[in-house]
Formats: sequence, C-alpha cells, structure tokens
Amino acid sequence: MRRRPNYLAGLGSLVWLALVGFPLYVLLISTFRTRSNYSSQGPLTFPSELTLQNYVDDFSNGFGQDFLNTLLVTVSVVAIVLLVVPPLAYAIVRARGRTIGTVFRIFLLGLAIPAQAVIVPMFYVISKAGLYDNLLGIILPTAAFCLPVCTLVLTGAMRDITGELYEAMAMDGATPWRVFWQLVVPLSKGGLSSVVVFAALQAWNGFLFPLILTQSESTKVITLGLYNFQTEHGVDVPGLLSAVVLSMLPIFIVYLFARRALVQGLMGVGGK
Amino acid sequence: MSALSFVSASGRRLRAERRTGVGVTRPGLAWAVPATVFFLMFAIVPLLLVAVLSFTSWNGVDAPRFNGLANWTKLLHDPVMTQSIWLTLVLTVAGAVVQTPVSILLGVWAAGHQRNRAVLSAIFFVPLLLSATAISVVWRAILDPNFGVPSQMQWLFGDGNLMGSQSGAIAVLTFVGMWQWTPMHALLYQGGARAIPRVLYQAASIDGAGKVRQFFHITLPQLRNTMITSVILMLVGGLTTFDTVLILTQGGPGTDTTNSAFYMYQQAFKSFDFGAGSAIALVLVVVATLISLAVVRLSGYDKMRSTTEGL
Repeated sequence: MRRRPNYLAGLGSLVWLALVGFPLYVLLISTFRTRSNYSSQGPLTFPSELTLQNYVDDFSNGFGQDFLNTLLVTVSVVAIVLLVVPPLAYAIVRARGRTIGTVFRIFLLGLAIPAQAVIVPMFYVISKAGLYDNLLGIILPTAAFCLPVCTLVLTGAMRDITGELYEAMAMDGATPWRVFWQLVVPLSKGGLSSVVVFAALQAWNGFLFPLILTQSESTKVITLGLYNFQTEHGVDVPGLLSAVVLSMLPIFIVYLFARRALVQGLMGVGGK
Repeated sequence: MSALSFVSASGRRLRAERRTGVGVTRPGLAWAVPATVFFLMFAIVPLLLVAVLSFTSWNGVDAPRFNGLANWTKLLHDPVMTQSIWLTLVLTVAGAVVQTPVSILLGVWAAGHQRNRAVLSAIFFVPLLLSATAISVVWRAILDPNFGVPSQMQWLFGDGNLMGSQSGAIAVLTFVGMWQWTPMHALLYQGGARAIPRVLYQAASIDGAGKVRQFFHITLPQLRNTMITSVILMLVGGLTTFDTVLILTQGGPGTDTTNSAFYMYQQAFKSFDFGAGSAIALVLVVVATLISLAVVRLSGYDKMRSTTEGL
C-alpha cells in the first residue's frame, strides 16, 4: 500500500520546526555579537561583525571552574547510580518473597515525589550532615532522585532475559554473583546505557539542589552560574547566551554520536 | 510499558514465578540493601521530615521548635497563599491543555515514515537536552521588552512588555513550559503510536476510512494509556513548576505569578520561615498524589483495560 503524503501533518511539523529553530538561531547568533551590537541591532538581524570575545570572557569569569564542578557532580552521580541500581534491579527481578515487592513499591512511590517538595527537609538533612556548600551535598540527593526512574528502566531490561538462561547457568552451579556478572549485566547493556544517559542529564542540568545547597564560587555548578550571571549582569546578553551555549555543548556532542541511547534514556520516565 | 502498568504486571510475574523455576539460584535481599538504604536516607526520610517540619518554627540556623498549628493557621489567612494555589492550578491546567494536543500531533507525526523525518526529529527534540535554567534564560533574553524580539516586532507585540501583566506573564510561562516539555511527551506518544498494530489501519482503509477518521477512531483510542501516563506527568510537573517562574517572572508582576512552589521557596529560603515552607511543600505533595490517584481511578486505568482486546 502506497502512502500519500500528509500535507496537514507536514505543515504542523514545519510550525514546530520554526518554534524550536527560532530561539536556537537567536541563541547562537547572539553569542557572536558584541554587547553594543546586540543593544543597537537587537537579536534578529545577522550581525555586521562577528566576535568570539564573549566565549573568552566567559572563561575569564570562572566558567572553567563551574564546568569542572558540574563534570565532577555528573560523573559521581552516574557512578553511584551504576553501583547501586543494577544489584537492586537484579534482586527485584529474581529474588523471592514479599519484602522485595515492598522494596520495589517504595521506589515506584518515589516516581511521584517531586524534588521541589523536599527542598526544605533536604536543606535540613544536608546541613546536619555537614555537607552544606559541598559538592557531595549536591551529588547525594541528585543521585537519590535518579533511582526510581533508573530502577524502573533497568528492571524492564532485565525482565527480558529469559528464564531458560538462568536455569542453564544454575545447571552449571553458578552463584548469584556469577549469574549477575556473566548473564544479567551483559544482557542488559541497552538498559544500562539508558540509565547512564538519564542520570548524567539529570546531574548536568540539575538546578534546584545546587540552588539551595551551595553558595560559594568554588562549589558553583553551571546552571547556578547561568542564574547568577543573569541576576548580576543581566544586561550582558551575549555573554550570558554564550555561557548557555557552552553549557549545552557536551550534551550536544553526546547527542550527535549517541542519539538512540540518549532518546531511550530520556523516555525512561514514561515507558520502556 | 508505562510506569503504572508495571506495578500489576510485576505482581502477576512474581506469582507466576513462584509456581515454576525450581532449583534456580536466586539473589538474596542483600543485593537490594545499598540502593534501598541510600534512597530511604535521601528521599523518603526528607519526605517524612516535610510533615514534621511543617509543625515547627525554624529559621534555618537554630534547632527547629514545635509550634503546633501556627504555620497552618498563618497560611490559611495568607491571601498570597490562597492566590498561589489558584495560580498553581491555572498554570497546571493550562500546561496540560496546551501541551497534550501538540505532543500527540508531534508524536504521531514522528512515529510515521515521512521523508527527512530523522533529520527533522533530531531538531524537534532539542529542547529535551537543555536545562530548565538554560531554557528560561534564553526565553527571558528573547522576550526582553527593551532589547529582545518584542522591541523589533511592535506590530505583533504592542508595547512589548509581555510579562508586565498577570495574563501576559501566565501566557509566557505556559508557552515556555510547552516549549520545554512538549518534546518529552511527544516521545511518549511516538512510542505509543509505534506500538499500534498496523492491521487496524489496513482494516480501516479497506473500509474506506480517510486519514482524519483513522486518527480519531484508531490512533487516539489506542493512545489512551500513553495519554494517562503523559497527563499525570504533566499535572505533577505543572504543580511543582519552579525554575521557569524563578527566572522568567520572579513571581511577578507583584505576586501575580507566585505559584505555590515559588512561594514555598520564598518563605523558606528568602524569609527564612522554613516551617511555613514545609507546610506549603506538604500541601503540594498531598495534592500531587491525590491528582495522580484520581486520574488513575477516573480513567479506569487501574483496571488495566487492554487496547488490543480481540486482535
């Protein structure tokens, strides 16, 4: 059956393309303007002169430090998630008894807890633990709030491993430890990569926990840097927007090379 | 498979496994301990603490002191609080009403087989990659009344001060929310639309149903479960909208866009009244849970009606 082109859908998709493309165009083109050019010509026209000065200025304003902090937070969050979630998912899929069902339900309940709702007690807990204004104070809650989605995605992936494979390994007298490393981990690679992407994006783009749990220059992450930049030097739009572009750059590079894993990781919230 | 359908599916699965699979080595509960302890410490304990702190007076420095219902009576008589609840509901409902049709159209389109679809959808989903902070900062620069786009397109935007009135500011927040969240929901719908059996469409076109009728009589009903998941996510997300309000409007003009999540932040971290902040947080948690449960109940989702029955 030959499909006729659907003009209505095509038109709709063009509208969305414009809606997404327009701000991205303004964002990108503004970063190459001088401040005076932005104030006089506005954001729409193509600038008469192009400059890279905004990017240079961002780095002399401490963007490098923010970048390293964010990288440290992201790597640590991913490491924690990879350390605790696969064993948990393995237990949920394979262990027996009521207790493990209860554990799974606790994590499912966690899906409905918005981070916004716990910022006050989180501030209390982190202050009591002596981790206020410490990157570890951002890493721990961020990782904890990644767990429900990551658990859901990974148990989904592990359920696809057939019972025959487990039985075959049991025949060989394999311990759960060996089953985990030789069967479960290799066969849930797709789920694991989604989990890594999801956790990394959450950590890289996280704003709420850094906002309430840190205050110094030395613990500032990128998103907080953007917010501070806007409240303090809001008039320097080209400088601000070039910092936005720099903050997106790593994700874009990953997006170009691993779009499939990225999209699957993003879909983790809603389904498998 | 959606988050919610997992619950009952896992129950069925567990029961089935108890009957079979004899003599297979299984992991003990110890495997689940690290993650569970970690999650209890940094998610469940704070959630319970919200309730406790809402009955205390705490300035963030000294130890919290119990003060009974003082925070609650204070909030009950606070006109900003009452208004913030209305605003939260308005923003939440507006978000869901605007985002749902756009996401469905976009998702169904992306599930199809058009030419250039791969390239276009790569661009379509870009907002997903950006932090809420980056999105808000960019839109704020674009919509700036003096140096942004409105100053250059006065035929369209009038005096250009889009965020100067309550209705304007709500419209901007809804629009930016749509820009930010539509791609994620569209991805959900894309997944849902791909899972619709092709047979249904073939049968319909044999019966002479056109594209539009196929959309309304096959696609939409088949997307029912996806729609419920997506709407729940939209409602819970809408209730807790914070970053965009903080960066785009600061709750203004005046307190015109001070929704509950932003008011909670102000009370706790700007006025250092952490007790009142906790009370607002508790309201948000309870309302979010009730809405999720209500949507699941009203839609009959908990009864797990299959959309592929009889196929």
